[in-house]
Amino acid sequence: MVKIVRKKALNPTVTLLEVEAPLIAKKAKPGQFIIFRVDEMGERVPLTIADHDPAKGTVTIIFQKVGLSTRLLGDLNEGDTILDFVGPLGVPTELPAGAKSICVIGGGVGCAIAFPQAKENFGSGMKVDVIAGFRSKDIVILEEEFKAACDNFYLMTDDGSYGEKGLVTQKLQELIDGGKKYDAVIAIGPIPMMKFVCKTTEPYGVPTVVSLNPLMIDGTGMCGCCRCTVGGKVRFACVDGPDFDGHQVDFDELMNRNAVYREEEAAQREEGHHTCRLEQMGKALIP
Amino acid sequence: MPNMSLTKTPVEEQAPLVRNKNFLEVSLGYTPEQAVEEARRCLNCKNKPCVAGCPVNIHIPDFIAKVAEGDFKAAYEIISDTNALPCVSGRVCPQENQCEERCVRGIKGEAVAIGRLERFVADWYLKNVNALPEKPQSNGVKVAVVGSGPAGLTCASDLAKRGYEVTVFEAFHTAGGVLVYGIPEFRLPKAIVQSEVDKLKALGVDLQLDVVVGRTITIDELMEQGYQAVFVGSGAGLPMFMGIEGENLAGVYSANEYLTRVNLMKAYLPDYDTPLKKCRTVAVVGGGNVAMDAARCAKRMGAEKVYLLYRRDEEEMPARREEVNHAKEEEIDFRLLCNPVRILGDENGKVCQIECIRMRLQAPDESGRRSPKEVVGSNFFLPVDAVIMALGTSPNPLIRSTTPGLETNRKGCLLVSEDTMKTTRDGIYAGGDAVTGAATVILAMGAGKKAAQAMDEYLSGK
Repeated sequence: MVKIVRKKALNPTVTLLEVEAPLIAKKAKPGQFIIFRVDEMGERVPLTIADHDPAKGTVTIIFQKVGLSTRLLGDLNEGDTILDFVGPLGVPTELPAGAKSICVIGGGVGCAIAFPQAKENFGSGMKVDVIAGFRSKDIVILEEEFKAACDNFYLMTDDGSYGEKGLVTQKLQELIDGGKKYDAVIAIGPIPMMKFVCKTTEPYGVPTVVSLNPLMIDGTGMCGCCRCTVGGKVRFACVDGPDFDGHQVDFDELMNRNAVYREEEAAQREEGHHTCRLEQMGKALIP
Repeated sequence: MPNMSLTKTPVEEQAPLVRNKNFLEVSLGYTPEQAVEEARRCLNCKNKPCVAGCPVNIHIPDFIAKVAEGDFKAAYEIISDTNALPCVSGRVCPQENQCEERCVRGIKGEAVAIGRLERFVADWYLKNVNALPEKPQSNGVKVAVVGSGPAGLTCASDLAKRGYEVTVFEAFHTAGGVLVYGIPEFRLPKAIVQSEVDKLKALGVDLQLDVVVGRTITIDELMEQGYQAVFVGSGAGLPMFMGIEGENLAGVYSANEYLTRVNLMKAYLPDYDTPLKKCRTVAVVGGGNVAMDAARCAKRMGAEKVYLLYRRDEEEMPARREEVNHAKEEEIDFRLLCNPVRILGDENGKVCQIECIRMRLQAPDESGRRSPKEVVGSNFFLPVDAVIMALGTSPNPLIRSTTPGLETNRKGCLLVSEDTMKTTRDGIYAGGDAVTGAATVILAMGAGKKAAQAMDEYLSGK
């Protein structure tokens, strides 16, 4: 069980939670993730570690309320506890040896995971450019944090309501065309975004690391729910990844596998039996 | 005068076509009268071959004699003297290859139903006495156990009884290993596993859930924290796949995934959040206990048709006889001597068919096993909307890859000395599937027991 020590809404659907988890805080490295389970009836859901403070013994997660479990998590407040919180899982991100200049690309809530990458590498003396993409102005997150963790920060919105109008891939292409040389690109966000970033970098041979987000259950390599095809081989994202060489990933297969439970997830959102239970409990507490 | 009936006293079971729609236990177990009657079949023979067939050497004729007298409490005490999980082993042991295989009564007629009697005694105790053990006097020595499956629980229990301060580290949110995520409720009710875990806690064992050794903390860090010895009982949880076309389509599961969703995450209960697809026609590939469990779960989850595809014949099936019979009674469609060659998907990338080929068994090879060979041109298709691969598992590499000096064989199984279960590192012991690869619950328990003994000797001599 872990206690929530800080809660902050980053935008209307994205929430930051800082929790007390000293063992994980001590061990975590960029690219690693945790698995949480809200309560006894909850499912196990993976979330990438957005920040960690070994001295304070805390771990920060940032998530978007997209379904039942993330909504239940988002409904918790400071002082509340999360029943299960396991990690750090997966292997830390590895960049090509000797990389000096990188571009970190985040899409939407993926920026929460892109941020520790920028912070860690910028902190270790690397040249870091960041391209952060959002649908529109109202969902922009971590702008100030990013600015402090890179050399050049480019903020893109699909509708042009903030920053520059356009996709992250357009900005990346523009930078490459303008003569920028990156030793590596790290792309984290929706699968189509990662796929197109990889397509953009492939002709230039720029090593591109992507953080895959398949369905997971245990997160320790015992079920293969998270298996992906990378370079023609089956890999388990929870133990072999979640980071992989983007030029080798079968993104279409990943998208297909991630859609398996779409109907069940929609039904869960509709039914929300969980909420009913909580509401009942809430009502019982009111005299 | 003993009961000279040639057959075992029958046990009541849920009717096959009722039970294949629920997750309640299949076998209802003996009544006290039935237990006494069956116990009277034991001849209490002098050389007790049954005991040698039991990996934890339960004093079988002694406990059965107490059952025959109606002194069930005394019978329990005899069993629990050597067996930390009697409720479990009585239910899941392949007795036909162990204690009961050696029973003298089995030479002419059926062996004494040792497993059923063990289960009766353990259940009777749980229901009528259920006294939690007392915490023994501590000797102040800290030991760590990695994994809370049958090997880890047994080792922890034996060490705690000897006075060690035991901490068990478990990666999952529930203790029990395969007993909770793998073996389904209808074979092993989870409340029973929990009662065994509660006993362990009463012995003073500290249970740390949600700790992945190798990630959250390493074995070397545990030793730095003052643990004097470590037992690794991390099992063989890494599922194998066939490597055939279509294996990553939506609707193809490893048995570990399917069973974890059903058993641990309780996808079979409506109030739990973990989803599982409703499937109409399911193919389960494999012939072990895990394949039987997956097939029977799929049936209970509402599948109209469940095929069991196995490349050898029934005689060669590694599954427990009882589970094979139960599965057949529950209308699992056995397709033997048949192996998948590819899985086909529809336009949405979902499984819609499985292509198989018939197999023929060849003459026994040097190892004595008849290996199957494809019958060229015998391919056929089965329409299915889910495929569950139950091909076996191998040890998870997490611990060996994060603990320098731990040697393994080429299959990734930890190397240990056979007598002491000691690994290639001083103070680190291992047992169960982490050493043998996927085997049985009772062998894991036997290994946990042996390791506890050796760890005690090692620590006492320190």
